[in-house]
Amino acid sequence: MVKVNGKPEDAAGRTLAQYLKEKSFDFKRIAAELNGDIVPKAQYDTTVLRDGDELEVVSFVGGG
Amino acid sequence: MSIPTREQMLAAAVSRHGEANQRAISSASVAICGLGGIGSNVAVALARAGVGRLVLADFDRVDVTNLQRQQYKATQTGMLKTQALKENLLEIAPYIQIVTYNIRLTDDNVRTVIADSQIVCEAFDDAQCKAMLAEAVLAGYTDKYLVACSGMAGFGSPNAIKTRRISGRFYLCGDGISEVGEGLGLVSSRVMLCAAHQAHTILRIITGQTDV
Repeated sequence: MVKVNGKPEDAAGRTLAQYLKEKSFDFKRIAAELNGDIVPKAQYDTTVLRDGDELEVVSFVGGG
Repeated sequence: MSIPTREQMLAAAVSRHGEANQRAISSASVAICGLGGIGSNVAVALARAGVGRLVLADFDRVDVTNLQRQQYKATQTGMLKTQALKENLLEIAPYIQIVTYNIRLTDDNVRTVIADSQIVCEAFDDAQCKAMLAEAVLAGYTDKYLVACSGMAGFGSPNAIKTRRISGRFYLCGDGISEVGEGLGLVSSRVMLCAAHQAHTILRIITGQTDV
């Protein structure tokens, strides 16, 4: 299990890019942190989610 | 017309904030990226608190549509936001050090702007720019803090605006969902609430209170 924004998800074994695509996240508007460290977008394809990982995905909305 | 001396203003700040806190605040540098409703209000709060140095970055000019929520005056319509805000901040806090960048921030130039600041305030309007800055600050450095915002449009409850600490150096203020769009505009008081969350979080980080 991978904890995504505090909730357990069956995402282990997939790359971050695969998981985020499945969940329809717009890559250009998000920041993804894996176990407390930001993952640069260039590494989404090569970052594999593992059992016990904690993933935080922040989706920014416009306005400021 | 005479203005207070640097020593008088510092003494007034010390009496409110405490000596150790004010020493930290006075020697801090904060980079504010985007000078709209969030950035201009954050800048005013930090200047009043006595932050020693502010770096202000925006490419835009003051427009009539900005005046209902941003810290500019009708007489400044058409001016560069960097220049107009610098002028206003110096009237409030005449001894502050201000550095301005009249540029559109991109992944290629943002490092120059934030290089000398320990704390970066994300105050862009555009969601993609927010995400770009998050990666630039958090992946590009190991010691800089990012205080960002997401979701403050409309007439929704003031109590929905919150500060979350996403991780060690990443704070996010706002309600997370109220996006600017058709029928949902930015309202001065709610934008100020979010800006106040960011400014206060920045002052807490400066004074060593990194929890939320």
